[in-house]
Amino acid sequence: MSLIEVKDLSREFTIRKRAGLLRRTSVVKRAVHDLTFEIDAGEMVGYIGPNGAGKSTTIKMLTGILVPSGGSAQVAGLEPSRRRRELARRIGVVFGQRTSLWWDLPLRDSFELLRRIYRIPDKTFRRNLEDHVAMLDLGDLLDTPVRQLSLGQRMRGDIAAALLHDPEILYLDEPTIGLDVVSKGRLREFLRALNHERRTTLMLTTHDLGDIEALCDRVIVIDDGTAVFDGPLPSLRTGGGASRTLVVDLVDEAAPIAVEGAEVVKVEGPRQWLAFPAGSSAAPLVSQVAAGYDVADLSIHEPDIEDVIRNLYGG
Amino acid sequence: MRAYWLIALLWIRAALSYPVSFWTMMVGGVLITFLDFVSIWLMFTHIDSYGGFSLREIGLLYGVTSIAFRIADMLVGSVEKIGQKVRSGDLDAMMTKPVPVLVQLCADRFELRRLGQIGQGVAVFAWAAPIVDWNPQRLGVLVMAIVSGVVIYFCVFVTFSTIQFWTTDASEFANAFTYGGNTIMQYPMTIFPREVVRSLTYLLPLTFVNWYPCLFLLGETDPFGAPGWFRFASPLAALVLVGITALVWRQGLRRYRSTGS
Amino acid sequence: MSGAQHSQVGLYAAVAARSFRRYSTYTAATLAGIFTNSVFGIILTFAYLALWEQNPTAGGYEVDQAVTFVWIGQALLMTIALWSGGSTDDLAERIRNGDIAVDLYRPVSVLGWYLAADLGRGLYHFATRGVAPTIVGAVLFGLVVPSPAGVVGFAISIVLAVVVSFSVRFLFAVSAFWILDATGPRVLLSVLATFFSGLTLPLNLFPEGLRQVALALPFASYIQTPADIWLGRHTGADMLAAIGLQILWAVVLLALCSLVLRAATRKVVVQGG
Repeated sequence: MSLIEVKDLSREFTIRKRAGLLRRTSVVKRAVHDLTFEIDAGEMVGYIGPNGAGKSTTIKMLTGILVPSGGSAQVAGLEPSRRRRELARRIGVVFGQRTSLWWDLPLRDSFELLRRIYRIPDKTFRRNLEDHVAMLDLGDLLDTPVRQLSLGQRMRGDIAAALLHDPEILYLDEPTIGLDVVSKGRLREFLRALNHERRTTLMLTTHDLGDIEALCDRVIVIDDGTAVFDGPLPSLRTGGGASRTLVVDLVDEAAPIAVEGAEVVKVEGPRQWLAFPAGSSAAPLVSQVAAGYDVADLSIHEPDIEDVIRNLYGG
Repeated sequence: MRAYWLIALLWIRAALSYPVSFWTMMVGGVLITFLDFVSIWLMFTHIDSYGGFSLREIGLLYGVTSIAFRIADMLVGSVEKIGQKVRSGDLDAMMTKPVPVLVQLCADRFELRRLGQIGQGVAVFAWAAPIVDWNPQRLGVLVMAIVSGVVIYFCVFVTFSTIQFWTTDASEFANAFTYGGNTIMQYPMTIFPREVVRSLTYLLPLTFVNWYPCLFLLGETDPFGAPGWFRFASPLAALVLVGITALVWRQGLRRYRSTGS
Repeated sequence: MSGAQHSQVGLYAAVAARSFRRYSTYTAATLAGIFTNSVFGIILTFAYLALWEQNPTAGGYEVDQAVTFVWIGQALLMTIALWSGGSTDDLAERIRNGDIAVDLYRPVSVLGWYLAADLGRGLYHFATRGVAPTIVGAVLFGLVVPSPAGVVGFAISIVLAVVVSFSVRFLFAVSAFWILDATGPRVLLSVLATFFSGLTLPLNLFPEGLRQVALALPFASYIQTPADIWLGRHTGADMLAAIGLQILWAVVLLALCSLVLRAATRKVVVQGG
């Protein structure tokens, strides 16, 4: 059995609009619609999609905050909406845009408080505190009130806080939003190590595809409440209907190159860009071009993941 | 319960990290209730009896409702701000923790300064207490009234705050019943029409916090002719309210969990 | 008026209008507030009725004047933001989180900006939470109607009430520059304002010495002065004197605000930054 099992999960909500002075009309909107996927223990899954696609609604159903209006969800063998508090001991949640730390308290006190809330055994607590504090470089910040921490420091504090009780699953909602490049890199490194050493399952929603590329073996793309792609990152590139690009530098300027299986998308002096399907091999194309033209240099560009996803949403 | 005090303790520490603010709040807390009673006292510079009651008798009513109300007020923490917690997403964060949401809300922003306000209620009560001819039975009724009163006011706070699950920015509505309830109970019921007193007995049973018990302490019967056993019925009223409050709270939380997105 | 001055006036009008609109979006909050003000109005009315039954001339008011006083108090309570909810709350919050730095570097007067916003808010609260409970009070208990001169005087007096109350709140909010969290001082202020504005008991019922002191304090401008003008206790030269005292307080307090703000600007402690 998988750690997270989602089957035909749906969630509707009603929006009321004022239609007149006293009359109101209501529209039923489907935030999540017949969503099905499974996540195994130890996976790192990127959960992406445009704003309003249903990402946080899904997370809220998986944590038991919201009750599904249809279908089923099982997390760690529990039905989240019925056994929310029991499940809470086994999962960790980090909402990127706000903190679950206590604003006026030093970091250390927030951790101490969580120890009591989750009733974490002393040994576990000390070990986790030592490990995470060292790896997240929080040692000097433990006595600083949370309100004085920078965004990156606070995020690291939030993640350490969510891991104190040894959760099997960690949900991260936009964990790198607003962080600088160095902080992002450090955070990703930490999450990778966490997954590697403790087999913690990671599910992260993000707009930063860098997070996905750095962390996730698998991507679920959601659009309009339903999964439009579920698979490994490389096949997102090929399966997304995107194309690879062959960049040809000719010795002299020439008319657009005419070869089978590719088309010229851009010409700039002696340099030409040829697009070809991501699924097919570049070898026959390269030999054709080399045979017919005076080539100074060649290079192949992988499709940009952002373009791929934009394609998915558009289609 | 343990989680409640642990969270509360940390809030007290946080408040102490702004000492000036903390102490002015403490002084403010004492003052607010002190000046409140001064207003009633000043009324007595123009009259000798008010609704048939002397100043000390009113002090007794005032003391009992204030003590109960201020303790309940301290215990409910951020319950009054549910709407704000919904909008900010803090409520969601609370729901991912293994402690009941109501406990977390009550312990959130626990304010020690309210001790000052409780202290003022105690002071007024102590000043008024000598007019009662104390015996063990009366002492028992007093303790029962205060404990039941805390429970009753706590339930009123929770019940009327729950409305914010339906309209998140109508937090002030509850004030009419909570702060308004405490204000109305500071006066002898004899100044209000019979309908108001009935409503405060059968609909929103605040008269059980101080009115009926204090009539017993003063050895008087109810001028509105309520049954004599009402004077000992405070725990019963509290119990009924607890049941209703539990239902309303669960309904509110259910509504939140099944209508949001 | 020069062009630059003209555009300044336009700016403040826009700030006030925006503030008015901002509050008008919270319909449920307004309705809840009207309900609560009405409930408190009813409780206090019964309390006063019992008092005036025993002493029909207490404080020099007749019973229907006393009842009207209650409802004027409930109507002005939010208009002047007696407890909280004014633009000064935003100011305190911006000092707390450091955003105040942005305000200080804008080429407009911080004081003028927040005053305009507070006047816009006050107008909204008067039109809703002022007028609606008054109608409730009039229907349930019948209220005293002022003379035409009383109406004009009352209108001027409540604008001044908002300005005086704003300046006092502003001074307390700016104190956060030195102590970083102004919640405590604000609680203290709301206590004093409640008692000395006449909200719980008209100042004229205070014992003579305390009465004189209370009437001279700026808090008297909040409710006591407008109410006495409405009730016809201040007429003619007396009314002008009452309004004059309000103007005096407004000018003195605004000047003080400006001084304190200058000191604060010099000391910009931006928290966390």
